[in-house]
Amino acid sequence: MQIASRARRIGGFVVLALTLAACSQGASEPANTQTPEQITLLTHDAFAVSDGILQDFTNTTGIEVQVLRSDDAGTMLNQAILTKDNPIADVMYGIDNTFLSRALSEGIFEPYTSSSLSAVPESLRAGGQVTPIDYGDVCINYDKAAFENDTPPVPQTLHNLTDPAYRDMLVVEDPATSSPGLAFLLATIAKFGETGDYTWQDYWRDLVANGVKVDAGWTEAYYSDFSAASDGTRSLVVSYASSPPAEVYYSEVPLDEAPTGVITDGCFRQVEYAGILAGTDHTEAAGKLIDFMLSPEFQEDMPLNMFVFPARSDATLPSVFTEFATVPDHPETMDPALIDQHREEWIQQWTEIVRS
Amino acid sequence: MRRPLRIGDVFLVGVPLLFLAYFFAYPLGAILLKSLVTNGRLGLAPFSDVFSRGTLRGAIWFTVWQATASMLLTLAVALPAAFVFARYRFRGKSLLKAAITVPFVLPTVVVGTAFLALLGPTGIVDLSGTVWLILIAHVFFNFAVVVRTVGGFWGNLDPRLEEAARMLGASRWRAFQKVTLPLLRPALAAAGSIVFLFTFTSFGVILILGGPRFSTIEVEIYRQTITYLQLPIAAALAVIQLVGVTSILLTYSAFQRRRALELPLRPSEEVARPPRSASDRLLLSGTLVLSGLFLGTPLALLIVRSLRTNRGFGLAAYRALGTRTSALFVPPVEAITNSLLIAAAATLLAVTIGMMAAAIVAYRTSLFSRAFDVLLMLPLGTSAVTIGFGFLVALGKPIDLRTSPVLLPIAHALVAIPFVVRTAVPVMRSVRQDLRDAAAMLGATPARVWRRIDLPMISRAGLIGAGFAFAVSLGEFGATSFLARPSTPTLPIAIFRLLSRPGTFPQALALATVLMVLTAASMFAIERFRFGEVGEF
Repeated sequence: MQIASRARRIGGFVVLALTLAACSQGASEPANTQTPEQITLLTHDAFAVSDGILQDFTNTTGIEVQVLRSDDAGTMLNQAILTKDNPIADVMYGIDNTFLSRALSEGIFEPYTSSSLSAVPESLRAGGQVTPIDYGDVCINYDKAAFENDTPPVPQTLHNLTDPAYRDMLVVEDPATSSPGLAFLLATIAKFGETGDYTWQDYWRDLVANGVKVDAGWTEAYYSDFSAASDGTRSLVVSYASSPPAEVYYSEVPLDEAPTGVITDGCFRQVEYAGILAGTDHTEAAGKLIDFMLSPEFQEDMPLNMFVFPARSDATLPSVFTEFATVPDHPETMDPALIDQHREEWIQQWTEIVRS
Repeated sequence: MRRPLRIGDVFLVGVPLLFLAYFFAYPLGAILLKSLVTNGRLGLAPFSDVFSRGTLRGAIWFTVWQATASMLLTLAVALPAAFVFARYRFRGKSLLKAAITVPFVLPTVVVGTAFLALLGPTGIVDLSGTVWLILIAHVFFNFAVVVRTVGGFWGNLDPRLEEAARMLGASRWRAFQKVTLPLLRPALAAAGSIVFLFTFTSFGVILILGGPRFSTIEVEIYRQTITYLQLPIAAALAVIQLVGVTSILLTYSAFQRRRALELPLRPSEEVARPPRSASDRLLLSGTLVLSGLFLGTPLALLIVRSLRTNRGFGLAAYRALGTRTSALFVPPVEAITNSLLIAAAATLLAVTIGMMAAAIVAYRTSLFSRAFDVLLMLPLGTSAVTIGFGFLVALGKPIDLRTSPVLLPIAHALVAIPFVVRTAVPVMRSVRQDLRDAAAMLGATPARVWRRIDLPMISRAGLIGAGFAFAVSLGEFGATSFLARPSTPTLPIAIFRLLSRPGTFPQALALATVLMVLTAASMFAIERFRFGEVGEF
């Protein structure tokens, strides 16, 4: 008897614990009398929109959007592949050109062509399964204060960085664990090539000889080693072309000038796409969400939330972007299929070089 | 067998077993099978692939030795503090005891920035790129595990045993070595096993502080899964990790069984006394100052940096926490509520299931109870990537839990249960049978015996376990980050987000400071928690 009553009590605790957890999440969802169509958006952890933007979508279409967050694009792609037979979401946003090829070959998307696609430049499009939503360039940033006296001058090209004048100045991220790290490696491969007198591997050997530092991720490179954002000693870091406007935007004191600048040579363009996950019961609603993500309202909301550039060429940029952001004229690009084919091999070759 | 089998036992075994089967073994099996089976056939090629690659073999070897070194180092460094907290009464003790748990909870990315500043090129000594940075960080993170587990047990150990040895002429050191140390072994083994498992699956510390030169099985599982999308190799590595962890746990379990000893336990309030002699005071203050410097310096640096603004010092970063930062989608303060609710749920779950399981492990000596013990510990030594993706593969039917909010407390409880079990079992085993027999002889019903004799002693361990469970959940990052989660982030996830973009560094550190205060406050509250006789022991 004693045991039975204790069992009930313990059972009660478990139920309570689960309910508590459920409430902590469920409480924010408004109770509705009629159940509107609900779709789920699977995205990476950097996804952010302004308050009310998704509500605007619900108001016009009657479709509610639930946002599911994953870690980074690689984690998200794994999740989508593993749940291919019984998808956890209807739309996936945030897959980029470094992972696109794998996503397409796994067949996780349903073909869809948005009616707004014509507003997106040809160069960003990638076939009939995914829709380009935004792009960003991974570029080397420099600490303006460190180059104030022009000795040495701000480097102009990737090749400059092998010059002894820039010894121990550059910090990069490990491409095996970091998305900008991989993008920068791809930029050097695209620029120096795999064959010829001076290959990308030669370039990296020169960088190592010139004291390049490799950190695990962007956070360590930027916040532990980059002299403009930490007590670190490195005045050149692999970051984004949109990092200077972010520095200005989040600054506690108004700034007339960004503390950092961007070197426009050797940038790698990352394009982020959205696609309808195959197997969804809400194909039409999913298509509407993708259309909405390409609408001027959503596109113009993106820059200050995710610090990316909208895919639509006619979207108006916020002033902090027009004043402080740099868009490289000729960023490096690479065929997604080629990236998928060589990713592991290239990263391993790179690892050999930096470990030696 | 100390007690005859009862219906209650079936229940005590059944609930934890079902929980672990459905939320651990099944997801793990599902993801491993899915990754290793191709065209209906189980392929063993990934295994030979793993062993044929120098980097992967190196990672396996490095995993084992750094975990062993980290465990031994942590035990050595934290033992004096465990002693001091167990044996002395001094001002501010409960507060300090709560504070030492803070490092255990902090996300690696945050602590990483402090360690790189203190022990990097511009720091006190430059240890960057050496294995020392990894080992020191492991000691920093796991210090509290040893102090709480060993100190908790030590605090109930009758000091008269040691005093008797001293009276008979043994030196202080000899009395410790010959009397106290052997008695402490179950607790030392328990703490050591947890630290070993924690560092065996170390991920963030290795990546952030080790750089590209160091790699563990866990790091390789991550790279193979996330970067290369090579699930078969990742699964082979996960199996190797599992086999390694299981064999170590089996060894540990055999070791534990031989050491089980009934002890005269006493309330910790009676055991602790104020420092009397000069050497007492020196030992106390020396230990506190050194431990305080070791744990406090990185934390202080983080707090100072959270107060730094473009114009000197101020609270700007803290004020920004109340507003909705676009990096997060919600105001960062919402992450606090979210984290607290999840931690409360995870703690209830872990303590309920953990105490039930501990009763079986402690009171039964059958082969089954030993196997059960190993199963309980396994989640701590299993890759977070594997478990996270296992949930996705396995929990779609019959009820789709894959993206449910309840998955977070469940995942956290899986990691927390080993802590609850390990703190409770040594105490449960030490309760003397003659006390129970005496009570029964005097006419007490079995339930009354349990309530009056066992419960007061066990509840203290239960509270320590609850504190751990709460802390584990507050700080959990690994498994959380591999789940597809509804919008509201937990504190570590929110801090990580703020650390992933330019300009929000002070805010990230401000939120980390909030996490520190929250952790210390919850530990303090749990330590103070009393109902009836519970917790008085």
